[in-house]
Amino acid sequence: MNKKVVPFIVIALGIGLFAILAASRGFAVTLGAFFTIGIFSFLYKDNPYYKFSEALFVGISAGYWFVSLFWQQMYSKLFSQVAEAYQHTFVNGGGWDDRWMMLVGGVLGVMMLMRLFPKIGWISRWPLAVIVGATAGLYFINYFVSNGINQIGATIAPLQQYGKDGSLDWWASISQFLLVVGTLSGLVYFYFSKEHKGAFGGVAKIGIWTLMLTFGASFGYTVMSRMSLLIGRMDYLVSTWLGLVK
Amino acid sequence: MSRKTLPIIIILAMAITAGAAFAQIDTTAEIPDSTIAVTAVSQRLPIAPAPVSSVTAKDTPNDAGKSITINWDLSPDDLGGRKNVAKYIVLRGTSPTGTFDTVGSATAGMHSVSDAQAVDGVDYVYKVVAISSVLTPEGDEIFAPAESGLSNVVHSSGQWFHLVRMARIFPWVLVIGIAVLFFINAAKKGKKLYVRPIAGLVEVEQAVGRATEMGRKLVYVPGTQDMDNVQTLAGVTILGRIAKLAAEYDAQIDVPVSRSLVMVTAREVVKEAYLNVGRPDAFNEDIVRYITDDQFGYAAALDGLFVREKPATIFYMGAFYAESLILAETGNTIGAIQIAGTAMPAQLPFFVAACDYTLIGEELFAASAYLSSEAKLLGSLKGQDVAKVLMLIVAVVGVILATFNVINIADWFKIG
Repeated sequence: MNKKVVPFIVIALGIGLFAILAASRGFAVTLGAFFTIGIFSFLYKDNPYYKFSEALFVGISAGYWFVSLFWQQMYSKLFSQVAEAYQHTFVNGGGWDDRWMMLVGGVLGVMMLMRLFPKIGWISRWPLAVIVGATAGLYFINYFVSNGINQIGATIAPLQQYGKDGSLDWWASISQFLLVVGTLSGLVYFYFSKEHKGAFGGVAKIGIWTLMLTFGASFGYTVMSRMSLLIGRMDYLVSTWLGLVK
Repeated sequence: MSRKTLPIIIILAMAITAGAAFAQIDTTAEIPDSTIAVTAVSQRLPIAPAPVSSVTAKDTPNDAGKSITINWDLSPDDLGGRKNVAKYIVLRGTSPTGTFDTVGSATAGMHSVSDAQAVDGVDYVYKVVAISSVLTPEGDEIFAPAESGLSNVVHSSGQWFHLVRMARIFPWVLVIGIAVLFFINAAKKGKKLYVRPIAGLVEVEQAVGRATEMGRKLVYVPGTQDMDNVQTLAGVTILGRIAKLAAEYDAQIDVPVSRSLVMVTAREVVKEAYLNVGRPDAFNEDIVRYITDDQFGYAAALDGLFVREKPATIFYMGAFYAESLILAETGNTIGAIQIAGTAMPAQLPFFVAACDYTLIGEELFAASAYLSSEAKLLGSLKGQDVAKVLMLIVAVVGVILATFNVINIADWFKIG
């Protein structure tokens, strides 16, 4: 057999099999299974089947996100809000409406599009500056509170912990001790003005060990959640598509 | 009995049973919005508790509006007296004589509820209904309400400043701000500010050099989040320095991104880097290219890129989610040098396991200062170190004071 014919035979067989399964199990379900297997085929090696699935996935998702962002952002947060503000202010005579502020975002968006015109492309830097500056300012307090103030507040507690009956709770006390040591040594690790040497380096080492132990526990936990994702796809193939498991 | 009459008898029996069950339904089991009614089942009726008193309503302080806090003095029959209060229902109306709707409830012993469904600027009045209940032998719950008087008229509004937060955070911000300005000034005057070596960053230059020597690409992945994420900001800042190195070494850099705004910003940063080293001719807008916003679509595209183009070096700097291990594992299989940096706690273990070097948490933010040695960034980093020392001291002192039962200062760090 001519080697050039083989791919066509494989494709023809594939289409035939797909048609049979689509007829018996449903077109949409079979299509989902087809692309699931296509993405999984990457585990063997990069191949045309994976490339086809990948290209379609990327292309469709990019288009989907464009439409989704249009309706979620442009329409619901700009057009409809401004239209309602117009109704409130001019049609109902209700005066100023806070929703007019949405126009600021709209103007910044239009400024961003100025990069399409090389002569005035510099205008697009202004909305970028607004986004970067506003992000840094807004998140400063959030991060400072969640990563700093709250952590210190939660660390400050007596080392000796008592049970409900008033007796010393050894496990809770050891736990509190480890919490204090772990938090403070972790803080030392993230001190950048001094090299990790001597006693300071020793404390920093305790800090990094604490972090690594945490990562180990987190790794195991997250791997299990990824396993559940895999089981979900396998369940789709075996139960929903092939109907082998009821 | 004939076969034809049997179904009729069964249907009749079911209808009688249903009718009897329906008659037993206590229509007050769920408190209606506007009124509290009690079915006249006199022999089972619970005794109504004494009503609550001093119902007051005020705009919830330090919030963005749309919330009113209602307080009351407990019914005398709640903790004392008959001790028969089951719960309190809070009713809201727009006028004392109009209809009232249920907007909240509280269990016995509670004397405050927040109405989070208020419309800013609209005047409301509230009343609180103390309710006792009994269970009938059939399992039905019967309620007896006692309505309070009306509260004061109130409307909600938002505040510009959270005064409690300001009082507790402002001193810290002030100290850090002064420290940052001091160190920035010192750096500008030429004082050498020491920053300890960070393993992953020391290797950045070698990693870029490796890509140059091998004649292969270096890929820079600035995370999967948008420009409103500080990790993306840090990632894009580090990109500037790496693009500069790539331009100097004439290495081929590829920056696939998953957000349009990141693409625009990254292009500006890379362009500036090429301009700074005097190589504007080598800059090409396609260095930074958009793939897709979709998390796993992006991961699939990058996996394909890695195995097909086999980059010598891959940087992951920014915010990542579940795609972290997919990317890092694929990068590992092609033998690329991988340097990652993120502050996402759940993804750090994967980067630590699959990458050659990982910047953990704040090291990502320190990286830009370390790499650029700019006065502003270095001063900021040193100022933050001052804050860390202060926090360390406060925490140690706080734990000692709490352990010896002198005073517990943990409440000073509670932000409302």
